[in-house]
Amino acid sequence: MRYDTRDKGFDDFLDAVEQGEPYYLESPSGNGWLPPRVVDPETGEEDLAEVALPEQGEVLTHTKTHVAGPDFADDAPYTVAIASFGPVNVTGQVRNIETGNIEIGQAVKLGVERTKTTEDRVLVFYPVE
Amino acid sequence: MVNDVRIAGVGMTPFGRQSELTVRELFGNATAEAFDDASVPRDAVEEVYYGNYMGEFAEQQGHQGPMVAEAAGVKAPATRIDSACASSGVATRLGYEKIRTGLADVVLVGGSERMTNLSTSDGTQALAAAADSLWEIRAGVTFPGAYALMANRYFEEFGGSREDLAHIAVKNHEHALENELAQFQRAISLEDVIDAAEICSPFGMFDCSPMSDGASAAVLVSGEFAESHGLDAPVRITGSGQHSDNFALADRASMCRMPAADRAAEIAYDDADISPADVDVAEVHDCFTIAEVLALESLGFYEPGEAITAAREGETSIDGDLPVNLSGGLKAKGHPVGATGGAQISEMTKLLRGDHVNSSAVDDATVGLTHNAGGTVASCVVHVLEVAE
Repeated sequence: MRYDTRDKGFDDFLDAVEQGEPYYLESPSGNGWLPPRVVDPETGEEDLAEVALPEQGEVLTHTKTHVAGPDFADDAPYTVAIASFGPVNVTGQVRNIETGNIEIGQAVKLGVERTKTTEDRVLVFYPVE
Repeated sequence: MVNDVRIAGVGMTPFGRQSELTVRELFGNATAEAFDDASVPRDAVEEVYYGNYMGEFAEQQGHQGPMVAEAAGVKAPATRIDSACASSGVATRLGYEKIRTGLADVVLVGGSERMTNLSTSDGTQALAAAADSLWEIRAGVTFPGAYALMANRYFEEFGGSREDLAHIAVKNHEHALENELAQFQRAISLEDVIDAAEICSPFGMFDCSPMSDGASAAVLVSGEFAESHGLDAPVRITGSGQHSDNFALADRASMCRMPAADRAAEIAYDDADISPADVDVAEVHDCFTIAEVLALESLGFYEPGEAITAAREGETSIDGDLPVNLSGGLKAKGHPVGATGGAQISEMTKLLRGDHVNSSAVDDATVGLTHNAGGTVASCVVHVLEVAE
């Protein structure tokens, strides 16, 4: 593994996804952000609360990556997408579907898997029928 | 105090594969040319701002400011600027501000990058570090991948095609044909671009700027210094703007609008007291073909969604209404990332002075613009250059 030291906030979020209870941070103004955040970058508000992430998201964009860095060399080719989950967008790799069949608007659920190359945890999207 | 800022001299190494050269030698060569061009002695320099992004990856070398000042033969406070691919654009801005506000009369700016000594895989990883390490890199986002995500979203919102993007690559290669400093001095066809091996959909190899080694430099002086020393410095920097955006692409309200560039351009236009319609020629940050489209829209040359066909229609080619990237751009001139913003200044200065190989195409031009972006345009810096009356 490349990342053998925890990154608080980020790894907490992956833990929460694995436990089926992912969350985001919401400011009093209603803006949503992924952790770690001390303030809402739009408003400067510091009073951020954990709010349950919507169970289902929607793909906003995607790309199939053929040339990867060394941490993903054995994973390539793989497809990265950004999906909207209510007030936050999440970046992850798409699983269980051929790239040519992914369309913007595809409904997805969030999960965590391990990469082939380094066996580090990676956020993934599973298509929802 | 608001001082006139003149570009007394510029220098630039050839861009391309010269992997045996360290950044010390690259920057030393670029600055030697700049000092010669400027007719300014090295001991007149009061400050050095130097752009470099990936020195720790490529040469295991941090703290490069004093190292490259020494390489340039300059004894002055020296600071390395890291703003990813916008590093030397930001370095130029800092030099401009130093002179503009009367805190210095002579500043050396520029940048250098050594990249091709890394493998493609390691270089890909080094470039990706300009993205969000937690939420993008650890999902496998590469630098081309991030722009590919932007391109596919652009297509969804505004339309466009791989062919539209291919016209940009073909155009910029054509512009570089006679530029001896460019990495690629060869024409490519639409078919070459479209049939190239896919890097990240929708990008093939020819949609992407290359890994490059190189350096750029400029000697900036106050108008008063230029006059008192009898310098021939006909090009002024009249406007400079810089801005930032949410770091991760996913955190932005739009993935195909670049508010950092929008705002940087507004600031630069206001500073220079011009509008986009006044610009005669532009060098924009085309690290990937879609990036030129996004830049032209942010700079106010096109409405959102309308720049995608500019190259196809010939509007941005050497004989178009607004020639864009007459140097060949990052795409064909090359993209040693820390040197790129300074190279845009160098090439634009020559275009406006009349001593660039493509100057004859814009011989009436008096206003040039440079647009230099960092990461997925989380950083952007824009400069307006004008021929002094």
